[in-house]
Amino acid sequence: MTFEPFTSATLLAVLPEILLVALAALVMGLDLLWPESRKRTLGLVAAAGLGLIWVLAVIFSRPSAENALIFGGMLRDDWASFVFRLLFIFSGMIVALISLDSPGVSGKGEYYAILISAVFGMNFMASAADLIMLYLAIETTSIALYLLAGYLRDDDKSSESGLKYFLFGAFTSTVMLYGFSLLYGFTGKTNLYELSAALGNVPPLVVVVSALLVLVGFGFKVAAVPFHFWTPDVYEGAPTPITAFISVASKAAGFAVLIRVMLAVFPEAESYWVPLVIVISMVTMTLGNTLALAQKNIKRLLAYSSIAQAGYALVGLAAISTAGIAATIFYLVMYTLTNLAAFAVVILVSRVTKSDEIADYAGLSRRSPSLALAFLVAFLSLGGMPPLAGFFGKFFVFAAVVQQGVAQNNSWLIWLAVVGVLNAIIGLYYYLVVLKVVYLYRSERESEKIPVPRAYAAALWVCVAGIILLGTWASPWIGTATSAAGNLF
Amino acid sequence: MNFPFLTIITFTPLAAGLLILLFPAERKDEVRVTALAAAVIATALSLFVYFTYNSAAGGYQFIEKYDWVPQFGISYHVGVDGMSLPLVLLTSVVMLTGVLISWGLDDRPREFFAFLFILATGVFGVFVALDLFHLFFFYEIAVFPMYLLIAIWGWAKTREYAAMKLTLYLFIGSVVSLVGALAMYYTSGLNTFDMLRLAEANFSPEFQRLWFPFVFFGFAILGGIFPFHNWSPDGHVAAPTAVSMFHAGVLMKLGAFAALRVGIMLLPEGARFHMPWIVLLTLVNVVYGSFIAMVQKDLKYMIGFSSVSHMGLVAMAFTTLNREGYVGAGLQMFSHGVMTALFFACVGMIYDRAHTRMMPELGGISKKMPWVAVAFIIGGFTSMGMPGLSGFVAELPIFLGVWKAKAVDVSGYPQWLSWLANMAQQPWYFPAIALISAIAIVVTAAYVLRAVQKVFFGEISPEHDHHVGDVTVLDKTALSILVGLMILIGLYPTIMAPLIETGVMPILKLLKVA
Repeated sequence: MTFEPFTSATLLAVLPEILLVALAALVMGLDLLWPESRKRTLGLVAAAGLGLIWVLAVIFSRPSAENALIFGGMLRDDWASFVFRLLFIFSGMIVALISLDSPGVSGKGEYYAILISAVFGMNFMASAADLIMLYLAIETTSIALYLLAGYLRDDDKSSESGLKYFLFGAFTSTVMLYGFSLLYGFTGKTNLYELSAALGNVPPLVVVVSALLVLVGFGFKVAAVPFHFWTPDVYEGAPTPITAFISVASKAAGFAVLIRVMLAVFPEAESYWVPLVIVISMVTMTLGNTLALAQKNIKRLLAYSSIAQAGYALVGLAAISTAGIAATIFYLVMYTLTNLAAFAVVILVSRVTKSDEIADYAGLSRRSPSLALAFLVAFLSLGGMPPLAGFFGKFFVFAAVVQQGVAQNNSWLIWLAVVGVLNAIIGLYYYLVVLKVVYLYRSERESEKIPVPRAYAAALWVCVAGIILLGTWASPWIGTATSAAGNLF
Repeated sequence: MNFPFLTIITFTPLAAGLLILLFPAERKDEVRVTALAAAVIATALSLFVYFTYNSAAGGYQFIEKYDWVPQFGISYHVGVDGMSLPLVLLTSVVMLTGVLISWGLDDRPREFFAFLFILATGVFGVFVALDLFHLFFFYEIAVFPMYLLIAIWGWAKTREYAAMKLTLYLFIGSVVSLVGALAMYYTSGLNTFDMLRLAEANFSPEFQRLWFPFVFFGFAILGGIFPFHNWSPDGHVAAPTAVSMFHAGVLMKLGAFAALRVGIMLLPEGARFHMPWIVLLTLVNVVYGSFIAMVQKDLKYMIGFSSVSHMGLVAMAFTTLNREGYVGAGLQMFSHGVMTALFFACVGMIYDRAHTRMMPELGGISKKMPWVAVAFIIGGFTSMGMPGLSGFVAELPIFLGVWKAKAVDVSGYPQWLSWLANMAQQPWYFPAIALISAIAIVVTAAYVLRAVQKVFFGEISPEHDHHVGDVTVLDKTALSILVGLMILIGLYPTIMAPLIETGVMPILKLLKVA
């Protein structure tokens, strides 16, 4: 294993992260300097900064072809990490935009600074190639997210949310750390790409146990069953923009490390953990969808829906093929766009109704037809209807797993696709029930319009356009996802 | 590069729908005019394509093909043949007349027309699809807006139930077919969803026999095949008028058409194997549907079950595997589409003015709405199969086809079904089915005439006498277009039958019976 020497090109590879730190410092500084009346603009500064960083990253930080291990093997500069990092910066930007007028977080400099540092941590989660780096990145992200979830100090539910998230997160990351220590203890290596070879001399039992322990930590991050218990409460209590952020970026970051570690470190133990992933995926989809049926609160509904969505994304991983991983990456991108759009609408509605109950969405299509339409697009995309991104997302994961099932003659994979397809029907049902409330039911407050500030309109336009773009012209995106996935094997 | 007629036909409704969404909600007249303009453009282009299609050459014409997702061998691939062209025309006609009779709709017309037109784009997309993925993509687009259209603008009593039932039925059906399609895709090893190439993939007979029922029934659910027809009358009844017209007139054809294109044409061995027992299900459709229609009091339910019965004839025609049957199926799809759109338009007009669809409460409507009465009666005659109208032209070849049909391939039936295989091979099997289904014609005559008598003649109730008025000019235009088409096809079938025959020949070749 050779590590790249330090050059200016290596510095360019982490340009987005350097800029993120600078941006966080800038926001904190402006928070001190600016008078109270201008502080709403802090959110715009954060969003514009993240947007700029995204553009600069696309221009300057594209990875070289050789998947270099840089900074002494701490990071891997490949397309997989690049795609995920762009996704995190993008979600950070949208979340900054939709935080602008969200009660309790609007105009708080430290809120945006913590948000940016969470993005920073996630970026390193996606590119980390070393156990130590990986753990540091996960903790950087997690601590920022615990703070953000409990950010509304006067709100009991938010405090509960932060504490619950912290306790669950601390516990699972300890378990994961134990797995890391086993790996290090038996091999003496910490680099992900050296571990796999070194594990050849280690008793299989140890490999399997450490794989399981590591899975616990990642399972928590992606909210897969049975590590999902925190999700509904945390989602319900956290400030809604943060709920959106946790549901998309944190989940995608969990998948980024999950995919990288499982493929890089445990390829030999595939026959052990792939069946486990298949079972987890089936149970996650089914439980998430079934429990979502009974929800009355939109944030809890989206929490269970996000559990189910994690199940679909796991389907691609279970295929262990380039097409499968590419499908998972595509799925996460489409899910990020879709869920952000859904949560943007939730924030706008709750600003006026002061409620997250689904019943209070009655008459939305009369109060604000355009908002209702954006909600329709987002929910149908979650349900997997064409011509929206969710259709291709589901199609790619199921196609990949069926392909692998046919190729390996593994009926488990076929059954996974069947369970997934049945789940899509359950999912469609509860998404439709919400849309029914939006479009069909009347409310006494129909004359009361729902204002849409320009920042929110911009965020919604970007997400809806992305959903439709991915849903009609999927080919370049799945192409990029395929090249990213190819780097991981 | 030819002028992309089919693409423009497909996307005109979508473009209009999106444009309509950009209008402010209160500009209702602009919305209606835009909708009408789009419908007129689509109809004009469909007519142009219909009359410039070269029947002598046959095959797929107006082909366009672009890469869509090349990694999966998915392309945007459209073209029409003699089977799909009449259905494209039908869709645009129903769209046009649907806009005309929905002119008075006042609750959120912007969203109504937008969803209706998204649906229309889905329907066009399926009829012109030559790529299996393309077909599914547009199939889902066609199915989904139905939910909102029924749930929002439907009949308050049953709309939520009916809309959800319909959506789940159809979604399950499409998912089942999708699994079959993926199986074809991976088994062929061609890495393409191109239906023209999959048709030459030479799937093994075992594979075809296994997957044919999935694909066929998955789509045939939308065609209303027994025992999965249950969603359809509920959906028809709950839907607002223009949507009922689309639903019964066009969407049910979508199911039948996709079952033909994907089920029969890609898995012909499967069709040869399974059709001898599927014909029994379609027989239930035809006869049972007509009896249930007979006992309905609600005019709309009556027409809903009549649709189940008439669409059963289409499916029955598919089981014949011969020229007469398939030509009849093509004609019946068009004829039934026009006829049932007309019926639902009439019922909608009556309900809007009399506020009831219950036959016992109605009577003497012909005095108030003579146009509707005439149109309904002509539609009724079509439904009964009177010569001179399109129903006769369509149903006669179907019965001929069923009479001379033969079970071509029943040797592989499992032991416990050997009695069925034996029976199907008897010379009397198909003629008997033709005779039994002829009962439906008699029953149809009975319920249609009874409805005409109860609704349009007899005493008008004093309340209706007071407030029921005549229909508008736009309504009359819509009715005239539909009635005109039925008479035109009835008197001059040459305008459509030879065209359909050019589409049937390649199918028979695939089925190895030509």
